[in-house]
Formats: sequence, C-alpha cells, structure tokens
Amino acid sequence: MKCWCGSMMNKLLLVILICIIGTGIVQAEPIRLATTTSTENSGLLKVLIPYFEKQTGNVVHVLSVGTGQALRMGQDGNVDVVLVHAPTAEMRFVDAGFGLNRRSLMYNDFVIVGPTDDPANIHGENNAVRSLQKIARGKNLFVSRGDDSGTHKKELQLWKKAKWIPDLSWYREVGQGMGRALQIADELNAYTITDRGTWLVMRAKLSLKLLAEGDAELYNPYSIIAVNPARYPSINYLGAMSLIAWLTSVEGQNRIRNFRLQGQPLFIPTAIKN
Amino acid sequence: MNGLLLTTQQALQLLLYGDAELWSIVLLSFSVSLKAILLTTPVALLLAFGLHHGNFPGSRFILAFFNSLLSVPTVVVGLFLYVLLTRQGPFGDLKLLFTQSAMVIGQMFLCFPVLVALGYAAIQSADRRVWETARTLGAPRWFAILTIFYEVRFGLLAAVLTGFGRVISEVGISMMVGGNIMGYTRNITTAIALETSKGEFAQGIALGLVLLSLAFLLTAFLSYIQSKKRVTT
Repeated sequence: MKCWCGSMMNKLLLVILICIIGTGIVQAEPIRLATTTSTENSGLLKVLIPYFEKQTGNVVHVLSVGTGQALRMGQDGNVDVVLVHAPTAEMRFVDAGFGLNRRSLMYNDFVIVGPTDDPANIHGENNAVRSLQKIARGKNLFVSRGDDSGTHKKELQLWKKAKWIPDLSWYREVGQGMGRALQIADELNAYTITDRGTWLVMRAKLSLKLLAEGDAELYNPYSIIAVNPARYPSINYLGAMSLIAWLTSVEGQNRIRNFRLQGQPLFIPTAIKN
Repeated sequence: MNGLLLTTQQALQLLLYGDAELWSIVLLSFSVSLKAILLTTPVALLLAFGLHHGNFPGSRFILAFFNSLLSVPTVVVGLFLYVLLTRQGPFGDLKLLFTQSAMVIGQMFLCFPVLVALGYAAIQSADRRVWETARTLGAPRWFAILTIFYEVRFGLLAAVLTGFGRVISEVGISMMVGGNIMGYTRNITTAIALETSKGEFAQGIALGLVLLSLAFLLTAFLSYIQSKKRVTT
C-alpha cells in the first residue's frame, strides 16, 4: 500500500514538473491584433494572416472584439495594433496619442435587414436615415448591438441624423456581437443594421431579409493603426508596422480584393491610390 | 424539429472524424485546466491541513472566507485579473494578459477555494489518532501530513475532481483574460460561445458533448471511489 502511494506521488510530482516547465517555454514575440467581429466572422483574416505569417515569420494573435473594446485594448497597451471601423473614434484615438501610422485599408458597407413581411415598408429604400425613421415611426422592433462597436457607433450616428431618440418600447439593446445580434433580431422578427460580411455569413441560417442598402451613409471604412510605442516601449511595434506594411502592400491589397465570401467580393482595398 | 437531430449528427461526425481544429481546442482546454489544478492542489491542501490542525485564531474566519468564495462568479475573477494584468495595471509588465498563463492563473484562483473547503472537510474526517500515532512513532511532521492525506485520499481526490470540473467548465475567466485567440487561448467553452455567435451550432454541440462526457466520467469515477471507500473502511 505504501509502495503504491510512493509511486503515485512520484508520478504526480513528475506531472507537476512537466507542467511548470511547459508553462515556461517562451515563443517568439507574437503580434497582437485587436479587431472587430466583422473581419473575423467573414473569414478574411483567416485567409490573409497565414500568408503574412509565412512570408515574415511572425505569429499573429487575433483578438476579435467590438471596435470600442479594440481601441480600448490599444489605449491600454494590451495589443500592438488595431484594425477597426469607426473613423471618428479612430481620429480621437490618434489625436490623443494612443496610436499612430493610421492607414486606411479597405471598405465595405452596412445594410439594413428585417423581417420578410417588412411591416415598416423600407424594402428598396436607398436612404438609410429615412429607413430608420420609418422603423421608428411604426414602433417596429429594432435590435441594436449596444456594445460600442463600429456598427453600433454607425447606428447611433444614423439615429442622430434621423433626429430620433429610440425608446425602449421597441428598441432592444443586446450588447453582443453582430452574429448574436442577427440571431436575436431573427428570433424577435426585428430590424437591425449589420455589416455586409456578417450578413453574408449568417443569412442562410436566418429568416431575415436584406431590405435597404446602397446609401453613402452606409459606407463602412476600415483602418489599421499601430499602438504608440512611446506610451508602451515594450510592445511589439516592429511587428505591428510589418503587419501594416504587408496589409497595405500590393500583395496584401490584392488578397483583400480577391477575397470571396460565398462567391461574392466583400472588401474593396483603399490603401494604394492609383 | 429535426434541426436539433441534424446538428447533433453533424456534431458527432466532427468528433468521430477527428476534426483537427476541434480536437486542438479540446486539448488546449485540458492542458490549461490540468496545469491550474495541479499547481493549486499542493498549496490548497496544505492550507486546508493547516487550518484544521493549526487551530490558530482566525482559522475559522479564513475557512468561512474560502467557503463563501466557492460561489464566486467566474466573470468577477476574470475582471479582477484583467485589471491586475492589463499593461497599465500593477502586473502589466509581466505581459500576461491574453496568454495561456493568464488563464491558468485565473483558474487557479477559481479552484483554490474549492480545494481548501473540500480538502478541509476530507481532512476533518481523518481520525485524529492517525496524526498522534504517526508522531509518537517518530515520523517527521511532513511524513505525518502525508500519512493523513493518504488516509483521506478518496476525499481529497473528490475535492480535486470537483475543482477540475469547476475550472474546465468555466467560460468567464478564459474569455476575459485569455481573449479567445484561435490556436492559442481558445478553449472548449469560449469556442462554444464563439461558434454559437456565428450560428455554427454543430461545432458548439460537438464541444459541448466533450464537456458532457467528461462530466459523466468524473461523476462515475467519483461514485466508484466512494463505493470503494465504503468497502475499505
């Protein structure tokens, strides 16, 4: 009996030792990229990043959150580079000295989706503000991301332009990512605003319908910004800049242009002007 | 609705045909949680022993404190750790946020009270004479402690398994301080949250099945050793 105990103890110690050693193994400094759920959910980064990693030998850790949280991570120095889509917030981020070398990367657009029977009658509407006014006037259910993401910021901006303060009798703030928000809108038979990428990924699983698109107001530009190394000397600034360089290079931009989601082009590159 | 049947079928296929991404997530979950439990166990059990045998002023209070921590919400631990580990926080220079180490530390926080409280209960059940006999026979302190631990090994094992069940199934800490980075800090529970948000229910259910079977195995194992305990004592 004692013998059994001893050998068990030895094994246990061995396992603990292995674990401690395992934790201590240090890898090459990864590049931490905070980005939005839209770039991750669409699968764009899954296609781009491996090319970059192969060519430069870097490792990229992708943290997929909302734009607000991504900028916050950059501000706190918890990531090296951010890829986001909220121009006003980005300017503030750069002006405050949190980030630098902001490069515009690409754009796609937002669309307004809603129940198939379209009670607010916005189908074919090409004015986003007017669509929202119609939804609000009829007190039709509307699902808002409510998570300070780029999509949420855009939505709030549109409500402001529509001169309408949503009230909670029909406005549902869910505080979740785009995919979840679309699912909730689907369950509630509600309207919502989404980036086109997530919509294309999700639409087969939803009974919602694309109702309004094509307004210049729904333009959705993405930028990439390095976190200011003066604030955090130990962050991986070189890595951040090499990622920015690659994504804005001819190859990176071509790969963005050639990215297809269900056969459809999704992002239009903007870094290189002809 | 046959939607549920269909997704479960897809889930089983993913599991059986060895979807590499899925199994790497499972592996990561186990590696992180095993590290957490193995690093915590010795310290927590020694503390439990100290609380029981030391009988110093305040030991009852400490025990009550750990008992109340049994039900601490994982997101609170996650938030607490996030604030500590963020680059501007007190431990920011360690660069631990969004790493597996951060997940291990968070899960250690989580299972520590479980191991102390349940370990204490197990040690309490040991016959006091074991300690006295071992000591009068000339055993050094550390050996007497090991003897007690050996006496109550089934209770201690139950404590460890319960702690493991708590950490392998938590999502709040892993999400907040791990960051759900693919291939690096994405574990079973954060992957389920992500796949659900993308509407990929099959992948989520497949991972859920892994957790469920683990729960069944742990429970079966626990009741097995408890029945064995009854026979031996």
